Amino acid sequence: MPEATNATDTLTITVDGKEIEARPGELLIDAAERVGIYIPRFCYHPRMRPVGMCRMCLVEIDTGRGAALQPACMAPVAPGMNVTTDSRPVVKAQDGVLEFLLVNHPLDCPVCDKGGECPLQDQTMAYGPGESRMIEEKRHFEKPIPISDLVTLDRERCILCDRCTRFAKEVAGDPLIHFLDRGGQTQVNTFPDHPFASYFSGNTVQICPVGALTATPYRFRARPWDLQQTESTCTSCSVGCRVVVDSSRNRMLRMNGVDIDPVNWSWLCDKGRFDFQAFESDDRLHGPLVRRGSELVPVRWSEALNEAASAIREGLDRSGPAGVAVLGGARLTNEAAYAWAKLTKGVIGTDHVDCQLGDGLPAEVVLGLPRATIDQACARGGTVVLLAPDLKEELPVLYLRLRHAVLEDAATVIELAPAATTSTELAAASLRHRPGEQVTVVRALLDGGPAPQGADEDGFRRAAEALRRGPVTVVIGRSSVAEGAGAVVDAAAALLAGLDEVRFLPALRRGNVHGALDMGLAPGVLPGRTALADGRDWFAGEWGAVPVEPGLDATGILRAAADGRIDTLVLLGADPIADFPDHVLAERALAGARTVIALDTFLTASSSQADVVLAAAGYGEVDGTTTNLEGRVSTLGRIVTPPGTARSDWHLAGDLARRLGADLGLESVEATWAEIERVAPSHAGVTWELLTSPEASDGVVVPLPSRLSATEVDVEGNALGGSDVSVVGGAGVPAADVQHGQAAAAAVASVAAEGGPQGEAGKAESHAHESAAAAHEDSTDVSAEERGHDDAGGVEGQDDVPVAEPPPGDRPSLLRFAPPAAEPSVPPVDRYSLRLFTTRKLYDRGTLNQQARALRGLAGRSTARVNPIELARLGVEPGGALKISSARGSLVTATLADPDVPRGAIVLGWNLDGPDPGDLIDAEAPVTDVRVETTS
Amino acid sequence: MARLTEANELVAREIIGRYPRPKSALIPLLHLAQEQDGWVTDDAMEHIAELVGVTAAEVLGTCSFYEMFKREPVGTYLVNICTNISCQLLGAEELLHHAEATLGVKAGGTTRDGLITLEDVECIAACTEAPCLQVNYRYRYKVAPEDFDRLVDDLRSGALVDEVPPHGTLHRTRQRIPTDRAAGAASPVGGREPAWIASRPAPAKDTP
Repeated sequence: MPEATNATDTLTITVDGKEIEARPGELLIDAAERVGIYIPRFCYHPRMRPVGMCRMCLVEIDTGRGAALQPACMAPVAPGMNVTTDSRPVVKAQDGVLEFLLVNHPLDCPVCDKGGECPLQDQTMAYGPGESRMIEEKRHFEKPIPISDLVTLDRERCILCDRCTRFAKEVAGDPLIHFLDRGGQTQVNTFPDHPFASYFSGNTVQICPVGALTATPYRFRARPWDLQQTESTCTSCSVGCRVVVDSSRNRMLRMNGVDIDPVNWSWLCDKGRFDFQAFESDDRLHGPLVRRGSELVPVRWSEALNEAASAIREGLDRSGPAGVAVLGGARLTNEAAYAWAKLTKGVIGTDHVDCQLGDGLPAEVVLGLPRATIDQACARGGTVVLLAPDLKEELPVLYLRLRHAVLEDAATVIELAPAATTSTELAAASLRHRPGEQVTVVRALLDGGPAPQGADEDGFRRAAEALRRGPVTVVIGRSSVAEGAGAVVDAAAALLAGLDEVRFLPALRRGNVHGALDMGLAPGVLPGRTALADGRDWFAGEWGAVPVEPGLDATGILRAAADGRIDTLVLLGADPIADFPDHVLAERALAGARTVIALDTFLTASSSQADVVLAAAGYGEVDGTTTNLEGRVSTLGRIVTPPGTARSDWHLAGDLARRLGADLGLESVEATWAEIERVAPSHAGVTWELLTSPEASDGVVVPLPSRLSATEVDVEGNALGGSDVSVVGGAGVPAADVQHGQAAAAAVASVAAEGGPQGEAGKAESHAHESAAAAHEDSTDVSAEERGHDDAGGVEGQDDVPVAEPPPGDRPSLLRFAPPAAEPSVPPVDRYSLRLFTTRKLYDRGTLNQQARALRGLAGRSTARVNPIELARLGVEPGGALKISSARGSLVTATLADPDVPRGAIVLGWNLDGPDPGDLIDAEAPVTDVRVETTS
Repeated sequence: MARLTEANELVAREIIGRYPRPKSALIPLLHLAQEQDGWVTDDAMEHIAELVGVTAAEVLGTCSFYEMFKREPVGTYLVNICTNISCQLLGAEELLHHAEATLGVKAGGTTRDGLITLEDVECIAACTEAPCLQVNYRYRYKVAPEDFDRLVDDLRSGALVDEVPPHGTLHRTRQRIPTDRAAGAASPVGGREPAWIASRPAPAKDTP
């Protein structure tokens, strides 16, 4: 896929007598297709390098020396090129190529899954000879053979186009399938007992031009002409790949990627491709359940809703709005998230809402940092800093994009991670830091000094250079739930302060967590990326009332519930017992809340302990929109009806509101979106018409550039993702996720900046802050000083800024990141402890993975990975058992010697079968140090 | 079956060191594996994949392209009888039938004692000397049936041990590259041990 050298230059070529414009470097096959001249092809795929293997795209090209047959997929356009795609020689060539391909291709179309949507079938009909002169025996192979858990291969159908093998090597980087026995018996196959265990194997099925590769879950389940296609967006993670869902008779049967330029380039990961199966599981909740005694029994909706509403009302009577808390919401559509935000913050009046479960980043950080798009992150020659979890395991398609950027577009990746990840081999430099001490490495990089002790000097130098070169995108997320979010936030703050041109791509993993954050399902924020303090008056005008004080985050809510201070806990698709890093606290919280109301699609570890369970509609059962990690809003398709009487989450919000004596006024998805567009500052101008228009088929990134350019572009032209007023967190946010919660709360301030000196001045100020903090890291005086400074700013701000009375019609400003005031105090590792680091796998014990037939059983077991030297020191044979203890609890696990894990660390898989690190983690501690001992 | 022995792994690393990229050593390493076991085992291919940093499927893709890499066990002596046109005209078919009858195996088979594998092959470029055959790729020209019988007797009796080494053997011809002339690809195995960056950050610079 050679890049067009310069998009503005064009040259003219003649195709079939018609003069067309083409971009220099573009391939003839693409240039012709753009003007509607389709040249048939099998091996060519626009997202992979051309190989010219199938010869189907032969056309006559005359560049002045007479016409000659050449493959159009291998011919870059040249000025004056004269091309004929339908001359006699071309037709004869196409005829011959198809006859040749059919020498060995079986005519088993009636029993082949591809029949009806098969390029070979279609092109044989359109360009083929109609008859074959071949009477010889065709090739035979044992069939079908599984080449992975998800993909089945019928080798005799293969036309050796090299698409799947090229994909495996070039795009996915997992060359586990290859041409074998090249010659008369060439076949695609794996090495014996080395299956095609790629997270991206399903894409080979999608791009196979014949029925050779079929997805095992879809095989023999439908005929293409029976399928109904609905475009939608995948919500398995927050990348938001565009998909088309094929369904038949009210069942989703298949999902394929749609090629949209800014996101997924037609690729999907196998989890995203196959986990829709979970929603037709027999374990789905079909209707509401209410606890009677020790059992959850099915009841009618009115009864369940009445019970839920009266529990909320009684809770309000007993302990006021602060007695109600809502956890979760990342599964919801944007509209449902907005309805729930309006219900919780506007009607119930509590701000104890968090759509993340202590495994993400504080809302004000995610919403306040200048946001990058995937395209910006993957820009040619850019620098990407990974302060993030293992992307291939958590956001697989983002990994594919980044891999392409590194290999094809000269992007430089700098990885900061405690141990090697799947991104390490892409990284120009992979710098190892102790869990919780990211900021040490970041500061050293920004200082431009010599490499600190322990760092790989060459790598460090390369990383520092790449940072200086810019533009820099930081992929920011929680790589390990065994450490607090504070460490990442500090590192981000240092990068923001120390670099001129830096943007952030938040690698939060849950499907629509970004939509939920944008819609205000987090403490201290309101819909549209507004701080509670800023938007209070605007939203009070819109909703009637909003909470006065910022509420608790997930850790705070669970702590309060465990202490008996939460009366009613609503779980919006959240499963804290499985997902919250601290299992002990989560279990105590569910036991401690007086009433637990769960909206869920399945009975999970948490929702099975609820008092009222409201069956919710799942993926493909509701329409609406979703928001990805770029802030890209795209539409979801409603494909099937929910099982039983399960209802959509936004309906349930309305039902509960009515029973609480309020009317949300959200009658439909369109009406809800219209209200979001009207009230949410970041969503201004993003109308339903725009979202559903053909121009927005790639989705719409919010806020719209027009809104940003008006107020939020700094001197260098960087959209800052914030407006002319800066807000940090919200007063009294007990940011328990941020380990230095007290200081952060103290730093809360509305910095006055009506003139908008947010560019250089703001930077200098925060840089000064960083330096001071760096120089006197351990000095409490400094934090006091900082606090004083910020408070002063806050007072000034309240004086100057018309926050109290926003002019009518003027929306509140957008949140803006401000660095936390104090360093988190990470205790040094003592010589007897190992620092715990958790990693996730794509296939884990998550509900969708376990409920989707195709994916069940792919989850691995958790094994502790330790440096072999450390194992030897402990006297443990690799594979031997080890007892791991923390202040919270202990577990026994098998071990694996891994030289990529530094000494002093122990790596455990999160949410896998086997021992569960959630038993060891204290969510309120900045890091988790564990003692290990042999079991014998 | 067998991965490369420790001694052969050292040879393998030396071979890898001759090339700018480890992957370039793939074919020499397949020869090495074939020399070790007489044929290329799956385990050896996996081992080679680890040594040069590719997947086993890629090693197999290369290995399976070449007829002369055997992926099934073959006898100590591989006898290839040419049946292409020149040899055929001068009695190669008869020679092959005679060989099959003498050895008691069909072309492609191995004698029960594991000594001889018989194969019919396409032209081996000795048409002037037809009919011809090869024993472990060493030529025998103008082979009459009685010549073949004598050859088999000699192989069985060990009279040719010095002349014809067992199938796969390369050590007599192995190239020796002085280390100072090797391109010096780093072995992908055994890099530096990861260590955490431990020191405190340098004091921050003064800011404007």
